[in-house]
Amino acid sequence: MNIGINGDSAIALAWKQIDPDVCAAYPITPQTIIVERFSDFVADGEVDTEFVTTESEHSAMTVCIGSASAGARTVTATASAGMAYMWEMLGIASGMRVPITMAVANRTLSAPLNIHCDHSDVMSTRDTGWVLLFAENVQEAYDNTIMAMRIGEHKDVRLPVMHNLDGFILTHAIERMTTLDTHDVKDFVGKYTIDHSLLDIKNPITHGVMDLQDYFFEHKYQLVEAMENAKGVIEEVFEDFAALSGRKYEMLESYRCDDAEYVTVVIGSTAGTMKEAVDQLREEGHKVGCIKVRVFRPFPIEKFKELLTGRKMVAVMDRHISLGSTGPMFNEVCSSVIDVDDSPDVVNYVYGLGGRDVPVSDLKEVYMNMIEGKCKKVNFLGVRL
Amino acid sequence: MTLSLKELSKREMRLTPGHRLCAGCTEAIVARQVLMATEKPVVVANATGCFEVSTSIFPFTAWNVPWIHTAFGNAAATCAGAESAYRALRRRGKIKDDIRFLTFAGDGGTYDIGFQALSGAFERGHHMLYVCLNNEAYMNTGIQRSGATAHGAATTTCPAGSCIPGKQHHPKDMTMIIAAHDPPYAAQAAPHNWKDLITKASKGFECGGPAFLNVVTPCPRGWRHETDAAIDMSRLAVDTCVWPLYEYENGKFSLTSDSKRIAEGKKEKLPVMDWLKSQGRFKHLTKDKWMDTAEAIQEQVDHKWEHLQKLCKL
Repeated sequence: MNIGINGDSAIALAWKQIDPDVCAAYPITPQTIIVERFSDFVADGEVDTEFVTTESEHSAMTVCIGSASAGARTVTATASAGMAYMWEMLGIASGMRVPITMAVANRTLSAPLNIHCDHSDVMSTRDTGWVLLFAENVQEAYDNTIMAMRIGEHKDVRLPVMHNLDGFILTHAIERMTTLDTHDVKDFVGKYTIDHSLLDIKNPITHGVMDLQDYFFEHKYQLVEAMENAKGVIEEVFEDFAALSGRKYEMLESYRCDDAEYVTVVIGSTAGTMKEAVDQLREEGHKVGCIKVRVFRPFPIEKFKELLTGRKMVAVMDRHISLGSTGPMFNEVCSSVIDVDDSPDVVNYVYGLGGRDVPVSDLKEVYMNMIEGKCKKVNFLGVRL
Repeated sequence: MTLSLKELSKREMRLTPGHRLCAGCTEAIVARQVLMATEKPVVVANATGCFEVSTSIFPFTAWNVPWIHTAFGNAAATCAGAESAYRALRRRGKIKDDIRFLTFAGDGGTYDIGFQALSGAFERGHHMLYVCLNNEAYMNTGIQRSGATAHGAATTTCPAGSCIPGKQHHPKDMTMIIAAHDPPYAAQAAPHNWKDLITKASKGFECGGPAFLNVVTPCPRGWRHETDAAIDMSRLAVDTCVWPLYEYENGKFSLTSDSKRIAEGKKEKLPVMDWLKSQGRFKHLTKDKWMDTAEAIQEQVDHKWEHLQKLCKL
């Protein structure tokens, strides 16, 4: 069915169709509509979920970990400062191998206080052991919500999954979207089972142990393997989802890249604007394309290598800056092509911080700068200097 | 419930020997008494702290019941998560067992960093017994002051110096703060009085909502007393009215056991100086120089004790 819906409500709708066992959350702009719409479903008996309205994000993530350890399919949502507040618990969720799924309405981190979109919240979590998925539009935000569960809960993965959508740009904008049948969604996510439930009183398990120097490293290495396994599982889930929905996703989506000499790498809603810039420049005869990153963790390093080798120049678009360094994705993209013979020049564009508008004209300028050789190594797009 | 030691000795051993708590520590004594207070299956959540690190060092565990630790400042939320899963899975017919939920946290994890999670869990009414193993400082990190540390006590972050005689502030009254949340049950207990403690834990397990049990938990390392004196310290805390035994049950305060007898004039109320003299952390207060502080502590204990007796008469 085709409907008009904003990104937050689309996620709440997916949750309604999934009907998870437990949802624990705390409100924060621009995530609030997710928990508000889901509260409506709870109040009207449209879901059977135990809805825990915690007193903070730290407790929200903690309740999720306790709940998922006890064998309940568990969801939550947050943004920005809320993500920062639960940060301690993010590594504990992955370390305890609980496949929580969390929607994140990407919003910048203070100060100065600002409620609008950039990726400083999610990028600050990139080392915490969560699978990170991104959406370009409302449809993808909805689809990612459903696919996230299958990825995280897979026995070879067992990791928490964050599915991101750009604050306000996607959370609050109404777009046309195709829904799946509730029966199909339930079928797709399947039943949630875990091997060692905290509530298995006949087989008592000690969860969240203390490791000393003799075991910690090995247990961390298991996470390295789980992330590696996630790559294959993600591809499988994308295949299955394509069979169900007709929408085929890739870890990296390549747009008009076949003969492209100048390529950008972009995450989130800006990918849509970037495609328009590519179309306009192609009309003008320029060989340009873009790569949209759907999966940032595990980082698809081999796919980057495959897609970027042989290009003249690559501009990596970061909606976050690791202060004192560069945009975080820039470094990782560079590392993916460092050992190829025909390595492209790679430059960095930091853009859109604090929700700064990103018009097509600015993105065309990125390509023109590459073509005309005007790029610095690290560039700041649209900032008044 | 009629309690006899003979009966209790036959109960399942839920916390087993071999844990690495210090000699003379009362945490395991309190925990075992609490775990004996129900015969129903129990799931335990534990804050980071002495009790957690000493019972769960991989690849060993001292726990014979399901147990979970996530972090320091969130024990109540961890337990609330397990309890919420239990509610959801019971409703969906996936679990049939009648389980009780129990949280252990130290005073740091209760009075300070874990207070918000505790308050939130009690406001939301999760069914759990929350036990504070109150040894009045951050013992696991090396005896630093907490919101539960006694006025005048020396710790590594409020040492007895030549200018400042230990902690300059009275402890929070956490049991009263929890009582102000109006849960079905809240109480104070002490391990020397096992019958009182187990009875209170049992009431907490069965009260049908959130229950709070604040237990004075003497610590030989932190309090600076002999390792065989912890139970004496527990008794002295009650007999000096530094740690009155009472409960808040369905909106009514009542003194229990020895504290009740002291209020009725059937048992002597000992001077606070007996308490201060018994532990190295208060040693400086027995000198003339700091007699004002010792007197101020006695005044505060008397004031709180009078107030508590009035509440219990309401």
